[in-house]
Amino acid sequence: MTPWLVAVAQAALLALAAPLVVGVTRAVPARLAGRAGGRIAQPWRDLCKQLRKQPTSPADASMFFVAAPAVMMATSLIVAATGPFIAATSLFGGADLIVVVGLLLLGTVALALAGLDTGTAFGGMGASRAMVIAALVEPTLLLAVFALSFRVGSTDLSRIVAAGATEPARVFTPASLLAAAALAIATLAETGRIPVDNPATHLELTMVHEAMVLEYSGRDLALVEWAAALRLSILLGLLANLFAPWGVATSLDPMWLAVGAAVFIGKVCGLAALLSAGEVWTAKLRLFRVPELLAGSFFLGLLAVLASAILA
Amino acid sequence: MAEFSRLDIDATDLATHAAGLLGNGYRLALVAAHHDSPADRGREMFRVVYVFTAGPPDRRVELVLRAAAAEPHVPSLASISFPASRFEREMRDLYGIEPDNHPLPRSLVHHPRWPASWHPMRRDAGPRPEPSTAQPFPFLTVEGDGVYEIPVGPVHAGLIEPGHFRFSVVGETVLKLKARLWYVHKGIEKLSEGKSVDDGLALAERVSGDTAAGHTLAYCLAVEDALRIQTSPGIARMRAALLELERLHNHVADIGALCNDVAYGIAHAHTQRIRERLLRLNKATTGHRLLRGGIFPGGAALNHIPDTSDIRAIATDLAQVVDIALGNSVIRERFTGTAVLTRQQAVDTGTLGYVAKASGLSYDARVAHPFCDQGSTVTVPQHTSGDVLARFLVRAQEAQTSAALLRELLPTLLATRLASRVPPAAGASTSGVGIVEGWRGTIVHRVELHPDAAALARWKIVDPSFLNWPALPLAMVDTIVPDFPLANKSFNLSYAGNDL
Repeated sequence: MTPWLVAVAQAALLALAAPLVVGVTRAVPARLAGRAGGRIAQPWRDLCKQLRKQPTSPADASMFFVAAPAVMMATSLIVAATGPFIAATSLFGGADLIVVVGLLLLGTVALALAGLDTGTAFGGMGASRAMVIAALVEPTLLLAVFALSFRVGSTDLSRIVAAGATEPARVFTPASLLAAAALAIATLAETGRIPVDNPATHLELTMVHEAMVLEYSGRDLALVEWAAALRLSILLGLLANLFAPWGVATSLDPMWLAVGAAVFIGKVCGLAALLSAGEVWTAKLRLFRVPELLAGSFFLGLLAVLASAILA
Repeated sequence: MAEFSRLDIDATDLATHAAGLLGNGYRLALVAAHHDSPADRGREMFRVVYVFTAGPPDRRVELVLRAAAAEPHVPSLASISFPASRFEREMRDLYGIEPDNHPLPRSLVHHPRWPASWHPMRRDAGPRPEPSTAQPFPFLTVEGDGVYEIPVGPVHAGLIEPGHFRFSVVGETVLKLKARLWYVHKGIEKLSEGKSVDDGLALAERVSGDTAAGHTLAYCLAVEDALRIQTSPGIARMRAALLELERLHNHVADIGALCNDVAYGIAHAHTQRIRERLLRLNKATTGHRLLRGGIFPGGAALNHIPDTSDIRAIATDLAQVVDIALGNSVIRERFTGTAVLTRQQAVDTGTLGYVAKASGLSYDARVAHPFCDQGSTVTVPQHTSGDVLARFLVRAQEAQTSAALLRELLPTLLATRLASRVPPAAGASTSGVGIVEGWRGTIVHRVELHPDAAALARWKIVDPSFLNWPALPLAMVDTIVPDFPLANKSFNLSYAGNDL
């Protein structure tokens, strides 16, 4: 199979699976709380419904509002296509750590600008909160992965994952645990999960991500939600493949790719279930405590990098 | 029986009398204005009744002030009583009685599209006029570097009642909150005029849906007070049981909702389960999940007596949920020190119920104005921190007290209908006051009946929310915006009961 085809297939797989991963994060806490909950495919049904509907824009909104869903979706799709999810074969050189974090940040900033663009108090409030969180999360994402890239000698995510899969002893040190913890916390914050944000709330004044998307409707809302789901899958996939890279295809053999895809879906759904089960046991932090949590995760990442560098 | 006195006073004496009563531990429980026709009182005039209450022992004093039919005005008590200032504004909107020297003579109840000269409670008000252009609603603009406003509502996400909140915020910290209510003003008091006592019952059950038993009981006590009906202790015990059942299901719901507002959904799911069990118990007990139909003027009726073992199991279940929630350090952190209402603020605003008890006040109408001898089982929880945690704990403890009261009351009850004889007419215009500790706090109703038939001439309702609403903006000062929903839920004030 050609690398291009693999990239397209990988993006398509993530895009198709992402709403189901969100479905898992809703079904697991519902079951644990003794509720029936919705079906795992419910987010897909919601997306299909919204995609059929015509979007509306606030009267004063400009191109930022209109462009943000497309920017979010495009950046997420690029990361989904080039990242080391099914195959870690570094054929594009595009899955560089800094590029990936930059692309994710581009999506975040686009949405924050759209939130400001609506001119509503909620949009601006959500955007300002999202930027505070992003400013603390993005460095942590970088640092946590640097701890691994140090051992491999490359910031190419595919190479890090491939090295982890073939010679784990060279890549993983006890410090990797610190990096994994830092990346896990950053993932929680970046995807707006409890204890940082509550994706299930209807209380506008407490919202972060949801406050920025309040004015979206129809197709635009579907795109924003789909892209947000995709980002959740991407970050969970990175977490899974960076720290448990087993099962990732290291060649373009179709059979290995199929195995890689199945293992990847299993890993992401497993992580999503674990994440949402953890959410049952915790509550949302006071907004002013969130920076403390994120500063802690940044420090974990820093320790991981130092430890990797010194132990090397 | 309650110690009762009524004084007819002149406008010049009002402030002296009121200050004397307030100084002697009385609180201003209710102010009712009346527009009397020449047929009623000889000449057309306005009459304002100030009800002061204190207890224990149960004492009630009514001050009656008369004002001329043309350009009526009364001296304002705003300088000695904050609740009075609110009652006066309400009276000014609904009756056009001007409080002299009021510090904030702005509309409170009046819809912005009603003509300013239209006062719906006057006898000659007529049908509602066509909506005019909206009057501006003044909000104090807070100015300064980085200060911005967040308008929220009146239509909210989720199934909650309408109210407009305007936050002046710097960063995330609230500098000032202004709440604007009365979007669900239904004109219940106007609607009741001329209704028979039995028809009034249906309205009383619907004053605030979650307080059906509390408002119905206050209404019935007021009517019975007016008609001099003595109810038997058996009826009183049945009513007391219904009141505690209502307190229980509402406190259970609030405990879960507070946890849900800090994203601790599992506690919410379990309290919903417990509440559903209680609502089904209610359905079996009175035929209605929210306890309508159990209390009526002169009596009470129960279809079924809940099992004390069920109540015990529910109380244990709830205690476990509360323990688990408070054992979570994040929840404790979110509740502690959030939206503090100091004792002084609670006293000044005249707060009632769990809001007052969380700020160190111990007033409870079950102790101060008992309609049923419940011995010493009524323990009034008291906390001093005045934060969300204190209001949560008061609810948790009150729910346990309710369960304990029910365990004592239920074995003494029979599933039957008990009714005292209701005299067809009193022969003279009579009035009565009913005071009940509803689950939100002390409810006070005052009725005046027509002399010839048992029909309502005037019915004034005071839900504790009317007095508690001004406390919420006070507690929100220096609290952060994302904590507002939690603070608001910890007060959980009724819009329907306030807006009437």
